Amino acid sequence: MIPSPPLAFVPQLAMTEPARAALTSNLIVGALLVGLALAIRSIRKDDVWREAFQQVWARRKVPVVILGLYVFVALLDSVTWVGASGALEDQVAAHEARSVLDRMFTGTTEKSYSAPFATQEFYDASALRHPRRHPLGTNILGQDVLYMTLKGARVALLIGGLTSLIAIPLALFFGVSAGYFGRRIDDVVFFLMNTLASMPSILLLIALIMAMGRSTLSVCVALGVTSWVAFCRLSRGETMKLREMDYVHAARSLGVSNVRIVLRHIVPNLMHLVVITFVLMFSGLVLSEAVLSWLGIGVDGSWGQMIAQAKDELSREPAIWWNVTAAGVALFGLLLAVNLIGDALRDVLDPRTLRERG
Amino acid sequence: MLAYVVRRLSYGALVVLGVLFFLFVLFFAVSTPDDIARRAIGDKAMPEVIEQWKINHGYDKPKWPGPGQWSDNLLVEHYRRMLTFDFGRSDADGTPILDRIAKGAGPSLALTLPMFAIGLVIGLTLSLFVAFFRETYIDKAGVFLAVLGMSVSVLLYIIAGQFLLGKVLKWFPVSGFDPAPGVLWRFLALPVAVGVIASLGSDVRFYRTVFVEEIHKDYVRTARAKGCGEGRIMSRHVLGNAMIPVLTNVVMVIPFLFTGALLTEAFFGIPGLGSLTVDAINANDFSTLRSMVYISALLFVVAQILTDISYTLVDPRVRLE
Repeated sequence: MIPSPPLAFVPQLAMTEPARAALTSNLIVGALLVGLALAIRSIRKDDVWREAFQQVWARRKVPVVILGLYVFVALLDSVTWVGASGALEDQVAAHEARSVLDRMFTGTTEKSYSAPFATQEFYDASALRHPRRHPLGTNILGQDVLYMTLKGARVALLIGGLTSLIAIPLALFFGVSAGYFGRRIDDVVFFLMNTLASMPSILLLIALIMAMGRSTLSVCVALGVTSWVAFCRLSRGETMKLREMDYVHAARSLGVSNVRIVLRHIVPNLMHLVVITFVLMFSGLVLSEAVLSWLGIGVDGSWGQMIAQAKDELSREPAIWWNVTAAGVALFGLLLAVNLIGDALRDVLDPRTLRERG
Repeated sequence: MLAYVVRRLSYGALVVLGVLFFLFVLFFAVSTPDDIARRAIGDKAMPEVIEQWKINHGYDKPKWPGPGQWSDNLLVEHYRRMLTFDFGRSDADGTPILDRIAKGAGPSLALTLPMFAIGLVIGLTLSLFVAFFRETYIDKAGVFLAVLGMSVSVLLYIIAGQFLLGKVLKWFPVSGFDPAPGVLWRFLALPVAVGVIASLGSDVRFYRTVFVEEIHKDYVRTARAKGCGEGRIMSRHVLGNAMIPVLTNVVMVIPFLFTGALLTEAFFGIPGLGSLTVDAINANDFSTLRSMVYISALLFVVAQILTDISYTLVDPRVRLE
């Protein structure tokens, strides 16, 4: 890797590469938490939203708590710093940026596979360094499977979250401008949507990632490109309806500018669709990443990658079943929670317009 | 009608041209011929070797049209070859791409056609059943099961099916393919079953929503008021009127039947177009990938045009403006 030049706004801080990585990761977490706090604040101030979320909470307590647990684990794996707390067993780790989660599992690595709660290695039957300390066993590299599974939570939330952050604003921008201004702009956007939608999304994903090179960001960008069309179509249609509403006509006859009408009268009325789409899109994105992982072009450390190894592991004799089971259950739990919350959100916020497959 | 068809066709042609331009940008501008050459023969290849590779694979012309090269450049070449289905040879092993695609279509269809037909019948039946008992515990349980099914990765369905039915119970061969008529079904039974089950969750949920929405419409109340039985309402009135969204959904899936099921084929060793694509990814075979995307987009556009025209046949309310 090429070392990046030191950041201009922290001139005299001689930062090492791991320290910079830790800082970036913490900044992202901080920004996300601030965003979340702001979102909660504006939800509490608005009656409609507050009531909607209260209803979702009343109907889906268990899924919300489960989702909260995943977010908590992801946060544990995101808060990082450099230093040697509890790393005496592993001197290399002392100089790396490690998250809270990494620190909890320092020095648990074995030589290779071992079954859950085993006292010896799976194949050569030599003694483990930490007998009975691996509730989910260890993988081919001897890493604790519980640790790897927990680490996957951050990757999954990152894939779903980052991609939605790319795709939804883009879709909203194009959809609203096409729907509101119509004519030429609509023609162009509609043509763009048709062109992208006519390629099967899995092939398009593969082509994009192959062309951009394999990295987490290009996976997220590719997923963003393939998933914005559906929401763009939706927001375009809704904008066309809203444009003909009396209050929009009234605003226009009072001389309010187009930009202001869009920002004040159109976009706020699309926000419920944004929220529903975000939640319903999320599970599809994580599922697509699992497929990409199997094809060898996914994101490192994802559950998809752990599941993808199962083809070899299950065909061994005796089979290695704990790795794929752990990742599969973790993935299933997250998606089920998200899907159930998404369903409830849709029922509460919008029983009518949305009925495409999520 | 004729004017409508002509307009629809020309728009479809425009979309295909747009897809081709997108592919050109992706495979010639974002990843340049030099990148492709380096991925095919290695990072440390000598410049002369790369030049020679580009000449051998037809990547040695200037990229964009310009003075003196209006007709002799990669963009024009790309359009000309794609539009005449002259896909050339694979970047990886030099076999003619069109041959491989033609060979793969058969096995792909042998897998995807039964998968699609059985899946559609089971999906529609189950969702009609669930919609019939709407707002009861049967409906709630059905929707919950559908969401449950949607939350499982396709990979897990395939792996679990292969492991349980193939390896542990030994009911079916784990993978393989034999086109001989008497043996073929043995190899296809497991992948077809797995494919049907994997898509059942989202299908049932989608069709149920469509049906329930139809049930709440006025004509259903009218039918009930004149003494029509619930069973007859469902089979005659609701099913008929729900055909438009169902048809849209069905036609959008048909192009995928030809391009095969990527994962299912690769896992079960079926030598169709899905396996071809997976091999192309592993071998960095950009020319095959390009041709696959183009062909599927072409099929999709054709299918879309056919749907739009068939709307007018199914539903007399749809007018051609």
